[in-house]
Order: sequence, then C-alpha cells, then structure tokens
Amino acid sequence: MASKAPRHDMPCQDPIVRGKNFSEVALGYTVETAAEEAKRCIQCKKPKCVEGCPVGVDIPQFINKIAEGEHLEAASILKGKNTLPAICGRVCPQESQCEAQCILGVKGEPVAIGRLERFAADYEMANGTSKLEKATPSGKKVAVIGAGPAGLTCAAELARKGHAVTVLEALHVAGGVLMYGIPEFRLPKAIVQKEINSLKDMGVEILVNQVVGKVTSVQELLANGYDAVFIGTGAGLPYFMKIPGENYNGVYSANEFLTRSNLMKAYDFPNHATPIKVGEQVAVLGGGNVAMDAARTALRLGAKDVYIVYRRSMTELPARVEEVHHAEEEGIQFKILTNPIAINGDENGNVKSMTCLKYELGEPDASGRRRPVAIEGSEFDLPVQTVVVSIGQGPNPLVTTTTAGLELNKWGNIVADETTMATSIPGVYAGGDIVTGAATVILAMGAGKTAAASIDAYLMTN
Amino acid sequence: MYKVVKRRQLADIITLLEVEAPEVAKKAQPGEFVIVRQNEESERIPLTIMDFNRDKGTITIVIQEVGYSSNLITRMQEGDSFVTFVGPLGQATEIENYGTVLCIGGGVGVAPVHPIARGLKEAGNKVISILGARTKDLLILEDEMRAVSDEVIITTDDGTYGMKGFVTHGIQSVLDQGIKVDAIWAIGPVVMMKSVANFTRPLGIKTIVSMNPVMVDGTGMCGACRLDVGGETKFACVDGPEFDGHKVDFDLAMKRSAFFKNEEAVAYGKVKCQCAKEGK
Ligand SMILES: Cc1cc2nc3c(=O)[nH]c(=O)nc-3n(C[C@H](O)[C@H](O)[C@H](O)COP(=O)(O)OP(=O)(O)OC[C@H]3O[C@@H](n4cnc5c(N)ncnc54)[C@H](O)[C@@H]3O)c2cc1C
Ligand SMILES: Cc1cc2nc3c(=O)[nH]c(=O)nc-3n(C[C@H](O)[C@H](O)[C@H](O)COP(=O)(O)OP(=O)(O)OC[C@H]3O[C@@H](n4cnc5c(N)ncnc54)[C@H](O)[C@@H]3O)c2cc1C
Ligand code: SF4
Ligand code: SF4
Ligand code: FES
Ligand SMILES: [Mg+2]
Repeated sequence: MASKAPRHDMPCQDPIVRGKNFSEVALGYTVETAAEEAKRCIQCKKPKCVEGCPVGVDIPQFINKIAEGEHLEAASILKGKNTLPAICGRVCPQESQCEAQCILGVKGEPVAIGRLERFAADYEMANGTSKLEKATPSGKKVAVIGAGPAGLTCAAELARKGHAVTVLEALHVAGGVLMYGIPEFRLPKAIVQKEINSLKDMGVEILVNQVVGKVTSVQELLANGYDAVFIGTGAGLPYFMKIPGENYNGVYSANEFLTRSNLMKAYDFPNHATPIKVGEQVAVLGGGNVAMDAARTALRLGAKDVYIVYRRSMTELPARVEEVHHAEEEGIQFKILTNPIAINGDENGNVKSMTCLKYELGEPDASGRRRPVAIEGSEFDLPVQTVVVSIGQGPNPLVTTTTAGLELNKWGNIVADETTMATSIPGVYAGGDIVTGAATVILAMGAGKTAAASIDAYLMTN
Repeated sequence: MYKVVKRRQLADIITLLEVEAPEVAKKAQPGEFVIVRQNEESERIPLTIMDFNRDKGTITIVIQEVGYSSNLITRMQEGDSFVTFVGPLGQATEIENYGTVLCIGGGVGVAPVHPIARGLKEAGNKVISILGARTKDLLILEDEMRAVSDEVIITTDDGTYGMKGFVTHGIQSVLDQGIKVDAIWAIGPVVMMKSVANFTRPLGIKTIVSMNPVMVDGTGMCGACRLDVGGETKFACVDGPEFDGHKVDFDLAMKRSAFFKNEEAVAYGKVKCQCAKEGK
C-alpha cells in the first residue's frame, strides 16, 4: 500500500561544515528512510517515470524491491538498464528526467527516484557479492577510445557479449569527467573507481596514458587487429569568453581549475604536488553544473566571496536544481543578469577585477529563453583575484582531425546515426559528448549502450 | 612500467635519463614532448623528447632541477620507474631543407635542440649550432651536438669556455662571416628566446622558438598552457610548443610562468628539508 508521507529529505552535511571539506555533501538514505520513500511509489501500471529516463530503468520494479527490503534485487534490476547506478543516482538531473514525469509530481512531490537509485547501488557496493558470468569469447576485438561514461558503458556491454575490449584513455586514470570534472564532494572518486574495477573484473583491458591521435590512430587500430572502434572522447576543449584580459594570471578554465583540484588533488597540496591558487574573491562565469562545481570548489579552497556571474536569471540556470540549492546554502553569491566585458590586471599580470554589464530579459530567443539585453550605462567593476571560465566546452580535435573520412558537423562534433551511433566510417562508432556536445552522464551512457548493440550486430555479420 | 634504463649526470643539476616507453618511441618526432609523473602524488610535468630509439623502445629526456618535481626526477636511478609517461605530445618540428640553419640551445635547452639539429642535418641543411651556458660546467651535450652539426659555436656568460657573451653574440659572429642564415631554432630560457627573436626580427630571419608554459594535461583540455601568439590565444601543448618567435608575447609568457611561484617554493622547501635530514 502506497504511503501518503511527504517526500523524504536527503540528509546532508551542515553547510558551514561542508564548505570547508571535500567530503560528500549528501549522505544518503538510511535503510528505514529508503523503505519509507519507496512506499510512496504507487506502482503505476503505465509508469510515466520510465519514459523520462533516457535508458528506461525499470523504476517501479526496483523501487518495489526496496520497499520489500530486497535491496540487492533492487540493484540488479537497476543494473539491467543502467551499468552505473551509484553514479547516476548522484548526478542525473532527475528533476528534468525521471522525476519530472512521476505521477505524484502532478499534485505533490515526485518519488525521490534518484535518491532511491543511489541507495540501492550503495547498498550493493557495501554488501553485495557481484556475480559475474563470463560470456563465451566471440573472438572479436573492439577498441574504445576514451574512458568516460560513454566509453565505459560501451565497453561493459561489449564485454558482456563476449567481445575482447581494450579501452584507451589519454589521462592517467579512467573515468573521464567523473574523475577530473565532477568534484569529490558530489561524486566520491572511490565509487567511480569501484565501477571501473568491476569492468576490469569482466575482462575489459583499460590502458591509460594513451593519447589517440598521437600514439595511435583510429585507422591504425583497425589495421592492427581491432574489428571495430568506439569513439567516446567527450567535450574536453574549454571555451573562453574572448574578452580582454583573459590570459592574466588567475584566469582558469573550469577544466583546469577542476582538474587541478579533483584529478590532481591540489586541495591536498603540498601532499599532492600540484598547486592551485584562489583569491579572496572569485568570479565563476556561467550557470551550469560545471560552474556550480567550480564555485563550490573555490569556496572549499578558502575563497571568502564566490560569485556565480550569469547573464540570464535564476530560472534559466542550466545546473541541476539540487546543485544550485546546495551552492546557495553554502553561501555562493549569484550575480545574475550580469556579464563580464573585460578582466583587469595589475602590473604583474595578476587579475584584480572584472568589468561587468547588467542585463535585463527581453524577447524569447531561438532557445525559447528570454534573451538577455545589456542595460546601457550599467557598467561596474567587480573586485576579484580569480576568474573561472565555465561557459562550455567543445570537441577536442585530437582524434577527429587525425581520422580521415570521419564526418563532422560545423562545430566539430562527430556525426553519428542516432539509432545506431554509426559514423561515416564502417566499423567506427561514436557517442557521448563528442557527438552531442556537452550533455549528461546518462545520455553518454545511453549512447555507449546503443553503440555496443550495433557494434555487436556489426561484428556478428562481418 | 616506464623504467629508467640509463642515467647520466650531465652537469651539477642536469640529468639525462633513458626511459622504456616503446609506444612513445615508435611515434616520437623531433620537437615533441612527453608528460610525466614520477609517483602517484606527483604533478604532471612536460619534458622534451631529447632522443628516441625505436628498436630499443626507449625515450631519452634531459632534466634540470629547478623545483620539487624536477628534483624528484633527477634523483631517479636506473631501475626506478615513472608512473606516467605519456606522449608523444605537441606538433613535430617542420623538418625541411631550408639551406643554412642555426640551432641554438641555451642551458638545458641544448637537449631539445639536439633531435631538431639531427633532423635538419639529415634533411640536407647546413647546421650551425650555438650552445650557450652560464659557465663551462653547465654546458651539456657538446659531443652529441658536434656529431649532428657542421659547426658548433659555444658561448658562456662568464667566458670560461668558448666565446664570452650570449647566444646572440654567436649569431652575430655567424652573420659577420657573411653567411646567409635561412632559419633559426632557438630553445632555452624564455628571456633567451625573447632576445634571439628581438635580434632576428629586424633582420627578417625566420626564428622558431619552443615555448615552455605551465601545463597540466598536455592534450588541449585545460588551457593552462595558453600563450598570445600574434594577438591570438594558442594552447602550447597542441598548437605548439614551437611557434614563430617574432609573434610570441614573451612578457606575458614570463608572467604566466610565475603564477604559482609561492606554491612552488613551498613544495621545493619540503623536499629540500627532507634531503637535508637524509644527509643528501
Ligand atoms: C564539472 C562538470 C560537472 C558535470 N556535472 C554533471 C552532472 O551533475 N550530471 C550530469 O548528468 N552530467 C554532468 N556533467 C556532464 C557529464 O559529465 C558529461 O556529459 C559526460 O561525462 C560525457 O561523457 P563522455 O563519456 O562522452 O565524455 P567524458 O566524460 O568527457 O570522457 C571522455 C574521455 O575521453 C578521454 N579522451 C579524450 N580525448 C582522447 C584521446 N585523444 N585519446 C584517448 N582518450 C581521450 C578523456 O580524457 C576522457 O577521459 C558535468 C560535466 C562537467 C565537466
Ligand atoms: C613543452 C615543454 C618542454 C619542456 N622540456 C623540458 C626539458 O626537456 N627539460 C627540462 O629540464 N625542463 C623542461 N621543461 C620545463 C619543465 O617542465 C619544468 O622545469 C618543470 O615542470 C618544473 O617543475 P618543478 O616542480 O621542478 O619546478 P617548480 O618549482 O614547480 O617550478 C619552476 C618553474 O617551472 C615551470 N613549471 C612549473 N610547473 C610546470 C608545469 N606543470 N609545466 C611546465 N612548466 C612548469 C614554471 O615556470 C615554474 O616557475 C619543459 C616545459 C615544457 C612546457
Ligand atoms: S538513470 Fe537517471 S533518469 Fe534514469 S532513473 Fe536513474 S536517476 Fe532517473
Ligand atoms: S510514476 Fe512515480 S509513482 Fe508511478 S511508478 Fe513511477 S515513480 Fe512510482
Ligand atoms: S596543458 Fe592543458 S591545454 Fe595545454
Ligand atoms: Mg612543480
């Protein structure tokens, strides 16, 4: 029987305390809270929530198992559709996906699907003995380029089918944005590494320190015994604003700032040798998840005032609602309807302030959002010593420009068939941010999965 | 993994290491570099490929101790291993037959010039190399450079060896002989590359420099390595590290290199006191 209880809050570290540490903010449901929240689900016959999930997780089924206390069963149902539930439960924009469609959301609050997903996955990690059936080897070999969510999911699915998979990753650890971009306080790295280890247990070979396009190429891989290639190199190329002063000291791309802190553990300097430096006042340009992560990282590194500088209003912020909420709780200051026109430096080339313009919202633009229009004479100076540019990323050209015959769109993303993820080169598939532009973890995973199915079909017929 | 198979002390603070890295060795070209981490807590630092042996599968690097990470690496012994040794990275040198070329190396910069000089020589150029050092004891790889050059000019700041003065004096001496120089490669401290570029700009001699900004990933992902070249922002790790010296904003590059000076001093202080304790 479904309970009428209100949606259960996620227990979190106190905002003041967590603003000074890098431990995970959200603590996760207890077994009791999870059961209570699970009982809110009315087990719809035609569950709308499933339509909102890009990979079609069997949501009522897994929630039902939690309600019955069968947590390992719940996890195994989740894993039927989603290989990385501990990660998606934490970082999916649920409010615009599964939970947006939940029937309970019409009159009240939707079931906390993401939190329950995280609960079941964490429970399994802590208590489960994952049983891996090794598939019979197919004799086929596939190379996967890039160890982000797209590549890892594709690798897992192919390994399940018995294909020998080698993942080539440019950085010294696998995980992609999950390791270098999303901070520890939102997605503990141990969780990502556990998922990667279970991939290795399945027999997937992961080779790090391999920059494809330099050390080898797609054509070489095909010539050297790989029967198919999947490209999942992500959207790793940082965009800058192209305003004066952007090369002053103290201006970082979000990628640099987050890579230093997460991947290189600069927050633990000098125990870890990579330095990072923030001023007392920090401006983060942009309003997405990346910007929230950079702002909250700056705070934890000791900044006093951290500003999110965003051209539109609070309602247009593209970041997950939970991240905006957590950022506000921690004291991040939102300078909305504001845009910088220049970064100013001192005589040593260090940032000292940013010249900004105030904006108001005008008519809706092509994206359907109201276009921000600069207010004349609204120019003002914002004193800051650090600027983190988080206005988006494009496709890194290392692989795409070294692969003859690979069709790209005008932004340099790989053109891939939506239903098969096949590229213009036979046997070469692509998915994730390298195809869509910067998107989400679950979409990248979905693409990796789709690609694996078509690669499997291709291998079995060729 | 990336084992040091040979170590040679070239000067007091300059060490040569030959490292097992077969995949990198297979593809390495003059002008390219690797990014290394010595251990799991290390930062990622770029080092130029000084030599490669495709048969043995090794890469040779030459490193000068300037701070924490370079200290760790110069202390590595034969049999020790790097945990990361990724490459080859960057754009290779455009080796062609230009005619007469000058290959200028300042300090540890002689090491990265070496494969370029060899490549240019093999391509049929007349190679005149100018090796600069503060003092005789800091001059490295003289024999190796003689082997790949038609002529070698040595300059030391204090006059303890070769011509007294800077590498620009070496260039002047070549020009004084009436030799027509078609292209110059200059690699060394940024101040040196800046003065060579300033010297050759009015003469209109093509001058390529190899920039060494702070890097993290080395694959175009972070933008830490950005430079201003001819008014445009370039990422040294993927667009370079070689650039037209007449277009590089060297002053900006020097300021950017100094950004983490205080933190670097903290890290270096840590290892120095550790060495003192161990009596090294
Ligand atoms: C800071 C930040 C926060 C985010 N927060 C969220 C969030 O909360 N929720 C959400 O759903 N999404 C979030 N995203 C977006 C999400 O992380 C991405 O959409 C997703 O990671 C894309 O997956 P991918 O596998 O396509 O690429 P990536 O995760 O980018 O992985 C690509 C991998 O390929 C490697 N690679 C690149 N070039 C080469 C090469 N030449 N050779 C070998 N390897 C190569 C890269 O090193 C990397 O490991 C965030 C992104 C960032 C940057
Ligand atoms: C493409 C390239 C090729 C290079 N080749 C060589 C080489 O062959 N031999 C050699 O001895 N040195 C080389 N360098 C320079 C070398 O990377 C630095 O000396 C080294 O990183 C210093 O590290 P550290 O911790 O010992 O010094 P620190 O005390 O941390 O820094 C000293 C100075 O080194 C530079 N530096 C610091 N961190 C980095 C970093 N992550 N990336 C680049 N520079 C940094 C800065 O200018 C800094 O002021 C090269 C640099 C580049 C960019
Ligand atoms: S994978 Fe994401 S969208 Fe799908 S059910 Fe889980 S949290 Fe919701
Ligand atoms: S729509 Fe909501 S209530 Fe219905 S099955 Fe899905 S989660 Fe349960
Ligand atoms: S070192 Fe990161 S972009 Fe060049
Ligand atoms: Mg250092």
